[in-house]
Amino acid sequence: SGKAKVDEETLEELEEVLITSDIGSQIAEEIIEKARALFKKESDRSVDNFKKIIKEELEAVLSQAKTNGEIDLSQKPYVIVIIGVNGSGKTTSVGKLAYNFKRSGLKVKIGSADTFRAAANDQLEIWANKAGVDIISTNTKEPSAVAFDTIKAAQKDGTDIVIIDTAGRLHTQKNLMDELNKIHRVINNLLPYAPNEILMVLDGTAGQNAVRQVEEFEKYTKPTGIIITKLDGTAKGGVIFRIISEKKIPVKYIGVGEGIEDLQDFSPKEFIEAMFGN
Amino acid sequence: MLEELTEKFERVLKKVTGQGRLTEENISETLREIRRVLLDADVNYKVAKQFIEDVKVKALGKEVLTSITPGQLITKIIYDELTRLLGGNGAEIKLNPSGITTIMLIGLQGCGKTTFSAKLARLLKSKKRDVLLVAADVYRPAAVNQLKILGKQIDVPVFSIDDSKDPVKIAEDALEYARQNKLNTVIIDTAGRLHIDEEMMREAAAIKAKVNPTETLFVVDSMTGQDAVNSAKAFHEKVDFDGIVITKLDGDSRGGCVLSIRAVVDRPVKFVSAGEKLDSIEVFYPDRLASRILGK
Ligand SMILES: Nc1nc2c(ncn2[C@@H]2O[C@H](COP(=O)(O)OP(=O)(O)OP(=O)(O)O)[C@@H](O)[C@H]2O)c(=O)[nH]1
Ligand SMILES: Nc1nc2c(ncn2[C@@H]2O[C@H](COP(=O)(O)OP(=O)(O)OP(=O)(O)O)[C@@H](O)[C@H]2O)c(=O)[nH]1
Ligand SMILES: [K+]
Ligand SMILES: [Mg+2]
Ligand SMILES: [Mg+2]
Repeated sequence: SGKAKVDEETLEELEEVLITSDIGSQIAEEIIEKARALFKKESDRSVDNFKKIIKEELEAVLSQAKTNGEIDLSQKPYVIVIIGVNGSGKTTSVGKLAYNFKRSGLKVKIGSADTFRAAANDQLEIWANKAGVDIISTNTKEPSAVAFDTIKAAQKDGTDIVIIDTAGRLHTQKNLMDELNKIHRVINNLLPYAPNEILMVLDGTAGQNAVRQVEEFEKYTKPTGIIITKLDGTAKGGVIFRIISEKKIPVKYIGVGEGIEDLQDFSPKEFIEAMFGN
Repeated sequence: MLEELTEKFERVLKKVTGQGRLTEENISETLREIRRVLLDADVNYKVAKQFIEDVKVKALGKEVLTSITPGQLITKIIYDELTRLLGGNGAEIKLNPSGITTIMLIGLQGCGKTTFSAKLARLLKSKKRDVLLVAADVYRPAAVNQLKILGKQIDVPVFSIDDSKDPVKIAEDALEYARQNKLNTVIIDTAGRLHIDEEMMREAAAIKAKVNPTETLFVVDSMTGQDAVNSAKAFHEKVDFDGIVITKLDGDSRGGCVLSIRAVVDRPVKFVSAGEKLDSIEVFYPDRLASRILGK
């Protein structure tokens, strides 16, 4: 129906596509309104053209936050801290990231700063082995001390990249949130330029609450990028439009499976096409 | 009740007072507001649409009594309707009066199955049942160890076959173990799986077919968005379950996914969980969740 006319039904269908992707009611309304205004001036009156305009609007939203590009190794180690709510896919993403960096020839060290969840350390050790990288998992019960030890060890042996895994937490757990802030401070005390990246891991099946998650985490340690996981299912992860538009935090990677190779760079075009089921 | 929402409705319903009756015209803006509230609470698009239709039918022609404002009236209508749709109180867990009660947990990755299996084990143990936890997740790194650690914390034995990659066999052997050791309650923790992963869904169905659980519970993260209808439907069709468990309610997610799931799958919510600690297990109150969805 490429040449069909844009009628109420089409508008509703498109609204459904946007809203069922978790983009949120407000941003869905805004995008459709904007597209309608732009469409008025178009000579091509087809549904396809209207869709194209919507996709361009979506892309415009995603371009509001840029990633900081290449990893700068002029100062070593480059430190990445992984944060997020419970079960979003942090530990798995640490494994995948470590593997990717290792494959591109970098020396990686993982710090296991989840001293809370049952067997978190065992889980991360298995990932470190799979990726073929070092892991620091001191027996101290203090996550910031693990971060400290990992960076110290990295400085000693010329490690390029340090990745710190942290325990999942909901922002309603004040003490755990304070702990994140402490990890940040300890790292920053050792390396004034660090952490270089604070990657917040969001579950791709999550709804509007993901925006609140980011907002609340920001109060303790400001995310510099997003990893959105579990996009190998049928969820679309549309909540990132709100996160980018309201918080200006870029999406860096997407998780598309439970295997070590299932982490991809974020591609706005592909992401939008997937929303429309292409 | 629900002051903020009622106030919002008052604002858009100003015109109604005096007219004395809710009409198509004077509630259309209110309905749009309700829709926005539901969508922001992650109620599925289609489910929200149907809900609005139903509320409209219920609301039209209703007399606005002098003792109640139109805003209060409409709030009450949607609150009651939500509570009704979310399900009745106290859907108890079924226990096998004679023989072994087997409870199997299924769900997407990371929703809280393993933690919940320990929470449930702790609860049932406190009710004087002899519980066995079964580690039937052979995929996730350290899943078995996670359950073993949790089991130790609550002093409940954990059955596992450490070098096995066969969850069906593990579950089967666990039941045999329970029989031999006179344990009357078996809780099976399974691996997280995607509803579109045919092979993994077949595996869950195979475990279920083999052990014929007294209860199969579908565990859902309360933060889930629009896709909840798809995963719930698929788990229901491919494995089938008797009840729902909602986790991570200690955050401030509104939990609209529960309404979505209830709309596509006619199964009760049996428990909610609001914390990582093993005593965080509660019965479900539909009215509380209704308030939560509407913004407290
Ligand atoms: N399908 C799919 N599953 C994923 C993906 N990323 C992670 N998972 C699964 O999600 C579950 C939770 O992953 P973890 O890495 O343990 O999550 P976490 O955030 O570290 O969890 P906590 O430390 O408990 O907060 C596991 O079963 C993972 O295999 C993904 O991209 N796709
Ligand atoms: N805050 C909070 N965290 C919870 C709750 N239930 C589980 N969690 C946490 O969520 C994370 C995932 O829980 P698991 O029990 O490992 O989830 P799972 O479904 O077994 O995960 P997979 O086996 O990987 O599919 C862990 O960090 C748990 O501590 C809850 O009610 N509240
Ligand atoms: K989750
Ligand atoms: Mg973890
Ligand atoms: Mg598990």
